[in-house]
Amino acid sequence: MKTENIKHEENEHSYTGLNSKKLLMWAFLGSDCMFFAALIATYLVNMGNNPPGTPFPEDVFSIPITTVSTFVLLMSSMSMVLSYASLSQNKIKAFRVWLLSTVILGATFVGFQIFEFYEFSHHEVKVECGDLIDASKREKLTDLQVKIGDEKCIEGVKKVSEKVPLTPQVNLFGSTFFTLTGFHGGHVTFGIIWLLSLLIYSFKGNVSPLNLDLAALYWHFVDVVWIVIFTVVYLFGVFPGY
Amino acid sequence: MTTFALPIPKRPTHPTGILNWITTIDHKKIGVLYGVTAFILFLTGGIEALLIRMQLAAPGMDFVSPEIYNQLFTMHGTTMIFLAIMPMGAAFFNYLIPLQIGARDVAFPRLNAFSYWTFLAGAIMLKSSWFLGGAPNAGWFGYAPITEIAYNPGHGIDFWILSLQVLGIASLAAAFNFIVTIINLRAPGMTLMRLPVFTWMTLITSILLVLAFPVITVALIELMFDRFYGMNFFNPVRGGNPVLWQHLFWVFGHPEVYILILPAMGLVSEIIPTFSKKPLFGYPVVIFSGIVIGFMGWMVWSHHMFTVGLGAVANSIFAITTMLIAVPTGVKIFNWIATMWKGSIDFNKTAMLYSIGFIFLFIIGGLSGVMHSSAASDAQQQDTYFIVAHIHYVLFGGAIMALLAGVYFYFPKITGKLMDESLGKINFWLTFIGMNLTFFPMHFSGMDGMPRRIYTYTSEMGWDLWNLISTFGVFIMGAGILIFVLNIVYSYLRGKESGNDPWDARTIEWAIPSPTPEYNFKKIPLIHSVDAFWEFKRNGTPIEPASGASENSEDEKNIHLPQPSYWPMVVSIGIMLAAYGMIFGLPISILGTIIGFIGVYAWSLEPVNEPEQH
Repeated sequence: MKTENIKHEENEHSYTGLNSKKLLMWAFLGSDCMFFAALIATYLVNMGNNPPGTPFPEDVFSIPITTVSTFVLLMSSMSMVLSYASLSQNKIKAFRVWLLSTVILGATFVGFQIFEFYEFSHHEVKVECGDLIDASKREKLTDLQVKIGDEKCIEGVKKVSEKVPLTPQVNLFGSTFFTLTGFHGGHVTFGIIWLLSLLIYSFKGNVSPLNLDLAALYWHFVDVVWIVIFTVVYLFGVFPGY
Repeated sequence: MTTFALPIPKRPTHPTGILNWITTIDHKKIGVLYGVTAFILFLTGGIEALLIRMQLAAPGMDFVSPEIYNQLFTMHGTTMIFLAIMPMGAAFFNYLIPLQIGARDVAFPRLNAFSYWTFLAGAIMLKSSWFLGGAPNAGWFGYAPITEIAYNPGHGIDFWILSLQVLGIASLAAAFNFIVTIINLRAPGMTLMRLPVFTWMTLITSILLVLAFPVITVALIELMFDRFYGMNFFNPVRGGNPVLWQHLFWVFGHPEVYILILPAMGLVSEIIPTFSKKPLFGYPVVIFSGIVIGFMGWMVWSHHMFTVGLGAVANSIFAITTMLIAVPTGVKIFNWIATMWKGSIDFNKTAMLYSIGFIFLFIIGGLSGVMHSSAASDAQQQDTYFIVAHIHYVLFGGAIMALLAGVYFYFPKITGKLMDESLGKINFWLTFIGMNLTFFPMHFSGMDGMPRRIYTYTSEMGWDLWNLISTFGVFIMGAGILIFVLNIVYSYLRGKESGNDPWDARTIEWAIPSPTPEYNFKKIPLIHSVDAFWEFKRNGTPIEPASGASENSEDEKNIHLPQPSYWPMVVSIGIMLAAYGMIFGLPISILGTIIGFIGVYAWSLEPVNEPEQH
């Protein structure tokens, strides 16, 4: 029903042979590129402009956890492709299964992000006091750990810990990090709503391959942006010098 | 077929009245809505300017309070750029692009209506700040940290941030639409190098918009987060970087300058050949220089920041790129002059007078622009009235003059009536003389060191005379604009019938009846050359209908047109409420978001009425 409508609604004529809606989507993605470029530029420009005593990237990031969530998001791109392939071959059931998997994987990624935000905003710095004395171990500690360790490790204390939450207000790393990844998470959430709408609609009417393709383009774009964010924010943040 | 049982009402059918205007998705009506709204907003911006000039008429004046004065110049700049010149350009995009490329409408008619209503929402929001606790007061480019909450605790800046975000949504939606329309909806045979120049300039403008607006969106979001949630982006106390605001703003702001001027250049490129009875000199070069301007517009932004202290290397590079960008602009000027050269120029047409006025004034503005491309020279001129003179020569002498030329030129296309040429000439000369009286003395007061945005000055500074002349000029210019309004009203009511092609014009929009029928072209034309209508009239090359195209029909009642819709406006209202809620409380935001979501779903699911049987 929907595709029928669209034939009347939008001008079908196309000089280039490209679908107008798809062209619109590409133009939007070009625009969105500039949006994320400006956010990432802000992050990079402000890297390192943080007052001492506040959490830095190496204090809060856990690369293994984020690697898992990155993997989940990338897998959602794969299930998106499978969903589109199934729809093109008119395998409606497979299409729904893969679309639902995409939604679940996307939601899992957002779940990881919420967990991460919660963890960061309740961040607790822990220091083994013995590490401070051993020069080779001391080298591996972050500045914040050394600072807190030096302040709190007195005779007879083995372990110290202090709550140093990372919030958007506490330093520039917080402001830029939460804004950038928050907007990315917002994009993923919007994509989930879009895919869910298509899924529900597929029980009532016919989802055309084109309509799924538009959502898929968006979904893949958001994934690609995450690869850039993961590299620039997480990997560069924890392994400086790269 | 109709298995989807949601209570979404049918498409509205209101042939007349206010509901027709609210639900319309006809690009011509939306164009008129854009034009009228933008002109009213232009008048409000003009009143703000008048009040500024009253305050500066003589030294030591106390005509308005300093607080109001700051709000006046901020609102004047923001209004003229975002609410007047841009949407007036959009008015011409809307009305002309489908006609110039031989299409029935834009690619996404409902998105087009959404652009207009969202623009209106943003305009209402910005203007309502006058009544809701004070207008923004930090200048139209709102440099941080003066916009930070610590230094500017009122709501003015919040209104500024949020309304610009809303206007950004409107501009982006329109730009996407026009890119797709121009690329995809061209009539058969209308290759890129046969497009009318105005269509080309619209395409470049739209691409600039699509790439530039996200950058200011990010800057505004960051500023908003600083203000609302205490973040640190532009707060130097916490390591934030106020210069970043300047970079982000001008990375947007300089392409924005070309967003304002390229449509004007496109209009002039249509008018001058028509009234010179010659083809545009060097059509490919005009287009290519437009593309070069669009590309190089991204490489010059730091010339707004020569005095920030970016260092000698950065300043030198941006000085050179700024000088270079004068080349393609100069090329266009020479092309227009060469078009007029040895042509049979019709000086009796106001549209032509305005176009020549545009070239004359834009050259002056361009020359002062080249003057401050030199970083050393600019260090003296930065933030003086010299810059004010420059910006008004390019934006009033340039953009507004060309847009007024466009109104005179296309009024017959829209209404089927001619505008009065006698009133037109009075209008032109008053505006032209008033404009020069107002802005030329600013070169001198600026050179004498008068800083822009100062509230008042003392007599010892020696700026009295220049300021008095400027204020005097504003009244003449205002009289000119009033005569323009009078001429529009008079010609609309009493104007002479224009016929279909009053100017012996060149492009295909004049091949169809004036005023334009609802379906534009009865048969989608087939294009063989640039200036296809002129070729048809002079050489008999037919604009014949494309054979076998399904859109073609002998009977105009069988032409399928997009149907009106309520939902674009509903979504816009949702966005406006969501934005207001950011200032007046979360519940309003939530309500707006819900309305917006309902609108979006209804939009994508609403049915199409079955075509009526005739």
